[in-house]
Formats: sequence, structure tokens, C-alpha cells
Amino acid sequence: MLKSALASLLLTGATLSHAFAGEIWVSNEKDDTISVIDEATLEVVRTIEVGERPRGITFANDHSVLFLCASDSDSVQVIDPETGKVLHDLPSGEDPEQFILHPDGKRLYIANEDDAITTVVDVESRSVIAQIDVGIEPEGMAVSQDGKYVITTSETTNMAHWIDTASEQIVANTLVDQRPRHAEFTPDGKELWVSAEIGGTITVFDVESKAEIAKIPFEIQGVHRDRVQPVGFEMTTDGKFVFVALGPSNHVAVVDMKTKKVIDNVLVGRRVWHMAFNADESLLFTTNGLSGDVTVIDAATQKPIKTIKVGRFPWGAAYRPTN
Amino acid sequence: MGALRAMVAIIAREALRFFMQRSRFIAALVRPLVWLIVFAAGFRAALGLSITAPYQTYITYEIYIVPGLCGMIQLFNGMQSSLSLVYDREMGSMRLLLTSPQPRWWLLLSKLLAGTLISIMQVYAFLLIAYFIGIDFPALGYVAVLPALIISGLMLGALGLLLSSTIRQLENFAGVMNFVIFPMFFLSTALYPLWKMAEASTLLRDICAFNPFTHAVELIRFALYLEWNPWALTWVMLAFAMFLAGSILGYDPGKALIMRKAR
Repeated sequence: MLKSALASLLLTGATLSHAFAGEIWVSNEKDDTISVIDEATLEVVRTIEVGERPRGITFANDHSVLFLCASDSDSVQVIDPETGKVLHDLPSGEDPEQFILHPDGKRLYIANEDDAITTVVDVESRSVIAQIDVGIEPEGMAVSQDGKYVITTSETTNMAHWIDTASEQIVANTLVDQRPRHAEFTPDGKELWVSAEIGGTITVFDVESKAEIAKIPFEIQGVHRDRVQPVGFEMTTDGKFVFVALGPSNHVAVVDMKTKKVIDNVLVGRRVWHMAFNADESLLFTTNGLSGDVTVIDAATQKPIKTIKVGRFPWGAAYRPTN
Repeated sequence: MGALRAMVAIIAREALRFFMQRSRFIAALVRPLVWLIVFAAGFRAALGLSITAPYQTYITYEIYIVPGLCGMIQLFNGMQSSLSLVYDREMGSMRLLLTSPQPRWWLLLSKLLAGTLISIMQVYAFLLIAYFIGIDFPALGYVAVLPALIISGLMLGALGLLLSSTIRQLENFAGVMNFVIFPMFFLSTALYPLWKMAEASTLLRDICAFNPFTHAVELIRFALYLEWNPWALTWVMLAFAMFLAGSILGYDPGKALIMRKAR
């Protein structure tokens, strides 16, 4: 038995030893809080009170401040990650749900769900640069690696709107399946992936021609088709895998980025929504809305290793290095 | 020296009997596999709602049920070796065994060890098949489960021994099925965790928590995840000591004589 205890110690040591130290910040939609998870111990180390209905969550490119969509407070809050204090609000327009920070670190593109617009805010001067009319209920936001395009997806119009960041104008609209939720450019910048919650698919576009090149369907054995709803997803920077949250099917699909085929499905908590990687992309943290927890997936073995209780209705997640 | 030779002989005989009966080996594997493949299939989405130790995250029902089925293999095996004892008694080879100069408790312990070793081979064969179906455990868990399997196998074997000391005829084995195997298996954590039982009734949960088979299953479950469960270990050891003491008493020739006279 001593031997097995020792072995278990070794095993835990092996799974937890990472070159980086950091935290995963999770926005809890119902609790109006952020849960901070320590990457090394996989435990909640801090809970921070924030504005009402926190959803979209992202750090500044240098991780000096946190941007948070406090949807029901109608503001984007700027938070000091050291103290957890709200430094100031940004003018965000009404009901900000999700946003994306431009690679220039200055422009924040915010989807205003109720107003069918995308607001562009200068985070330094704290002023609105532009407001762009988009489809009804905008939500998903993405920016290309070169910063040329920002994408807004609209839930009801079922479109991905391509915004040219030089002119802040829409230059193209592409149809996707029902209720798009999230968009991402592939690491090589050649493809745009858009998930459709009701459609149950991910549509892949060629960035150059803006033409649809693939559609990825999802299915989970033993789960009704209607409950397999792709929402948030994350890509590995090596261009190999895409991890897709499948909402109320309680699974995360692993997709081969090249062949665009589902390789595996990982069981997580209930109604999995968004996710974030740690620095070396060895661990993936998924937010499980209904069960109020975060599942940690080992990215190499694609197996869940732990589920951590957080606040009610965790929505988004973001990584912060602490060394 | 002679004692060890007797033990080896008993184990060798039991192993030989086991390998000769290939159908018994297949039956021992088919039973848990049917549970795993057919029964667990209907409950795919039933669990995954609450996380209990030793699990760290959500699991499918197939993963939950495997330690219980390992316990089931050992439970059936324990009963089967008791059946073989009844058979030996009817056929007379038992009399030969009991004329050995070795102390009776030593002979019984050897018999127990033999049965346990066979049950462990069956469990590992089952775990191997489960692995190919896609149900795997931490690599070291397969090693850590060995001591747990030895202890639980001895406990369940001792229970079989105790029963065999009271059964006079082969035909009574059906009764053992009904009144021992089924209640022990169903009123345990093999199929559902305790919190699920508590949802039905707290009495049911208390019965499950008392059942030594529950603790054998939990011991195996925790060991497979390299976790330590002293409470289950204590229960299993306690039950083993009681069953063994009972069966040594039951096989005591003096006492058996008294019993026969009384009849």
C-alpha cells in the first residue's frame, strides 16, 4: 500500500509539473464573480466580485489588465489582476457579450447583443472609435493574426461579418448554419472557423476567397442530435487540433485541424461553453455552465483529469501567466 | 516444509482443475462482459452528474461499473470454490484432503489462496478486455489493484468456505445464488454509488454501507486510481477474519460430529 501511495504521488507530480506557473480566470455569469484557478494545484485560489453578468473575458496582450464584459452593467470593466479591483469602465455600448482585442493592443471590438452593432473602443483613450452595424444579436468575435480582419457573428442573422480593420467597415458577409456562437482564425491565418449552435456544425471559410471550404458535423453516441451544440472552441498553435465545446451534450470534441474530422469526444461537465489553454497548451480548461464547474483536459492524452467547482454558470475563461 | 508442499499441491490441483475447465473460464469472463456491454449501455447518460471519490471528474457508467464487475468475478469465484468443496465432500476427495497431517486451518487457507489466485487471473483477463473496449485506468493502477484483489478475494473466498461448511448437498447451490450472491451484489456500490442509493432510501444506503462486498468493491475502485481507502480495508479485513473463523469452526471435526449427532 505504501508503494501505491508513493506511485500516486509520483503520478500526480508528473501530471502537475509544468514549466509555467499561471492562473485560469473564469467569469461566473450568475454569481457576478470571477473564479481564479491555480494552474499548479488545480484549485480555486481567489474569487473576485465584479459587475453584473460577467461573460466575455480577456487579458491585455501584456497581461497587465483584464477586460471583462459585465453584460447587465452595460460596461466593459478593466480590472487589475494583482488586486482584483476594478480600475475603470470602458464605454462599451449596451449589453456587451463577447469581445476581441486587436493585436495592436489598443482596439477592443465589442459585440453589443441587443443593439446589433459592434463597438470599437480605444482602450487607452477610453473612447469609442466606431460603431459598425452588424446582424441581429452579434456574439462571436475573432481577429486574424495579421490584424487585417475582425469577425462578428450574428446569432439570428446566421452570418459571419468580415470587418476591415483599416476602414472599420464590413467588407463581406458569409452565411453560416443556424445561431453562430464563436469564430476563430487558424494559426496560419488561412482559414476562418465558425461554430453554429443550432445547426450543430462548424463552417470553415477560406480567408483569401471568403468561400466556404468545409462543414464539420458533430455527433455523440447516445446523445440526441439536438443536444449536440457546438459553441466555443480553441485551436492549438501548432495547427494540429481544435477542441470544440458541444454545449448540453456535455462533451468536448477533438477535431483534426487538417483533415477536419472529429477524432475523439471528451466527457466534461454539463452545458460546456467556452475554454482556455494554459501557456504551453498542455492543459485545457472548459467552463461547464449548468454544473458550475471547470473540467481540466490533458491536451496530449485528450483525457479529462479533474473537475473543479467554481461559481454558478461559468461562461468564459482566460489564462494569465504569473511568472 | 511439508506444510508448504501441501499448500502448493492444493493450489496446483485447483489451478489444474481451472485450466481443464475452459468453459468455466469463459463463463467467468462472459458474465461481467455482458454486464459491461449490455447493461452499462442503457445507462450511458445516467451518471456523470455528481463526482464522488476516487473520481476527479465526470465519468461514463462503463467506467463506474468496472470495479464492481471485478468484485462480481471474485464473488462468483468464491462461491464456485465453495461449490467445488461440496462436490469434493460428496465425491470423497475431501476426506482424502482432510486426512493430511497438516492442521485443518492451514488446509483451508491453502484452498482459499488457490481460489483467490484463480479469481485474480480472471479479473486481469477481464480488465484486459475492458482495456481493448476503451476502458482504461492509470497504468500503475493495474499494479496497485493486486493487493486489493488479494484481500477482497480472500474475504469472498472465506465467505464461500463458511457457506460450504453448512451446505450438505450440491442442489443447495441455487439457494446460495438467491440468498447470497444476488443480495450481496445488488445491495452494494457495484452498480450505483451510495449517494444514488440514498436518493431511493436511506435504509437501502445503510444496508449497502454495511455490506462487506461494498467495501471490497470500493477497495478495488480506489486502488485502480492509486488511492488509499483505509475504511474499506478495515471492513474487508474484519469480514475476512469473521468468515475465516466461522469456516474453521464449521470444518472442525469434533463440532461436525456433534452436528451430525444432533441430526
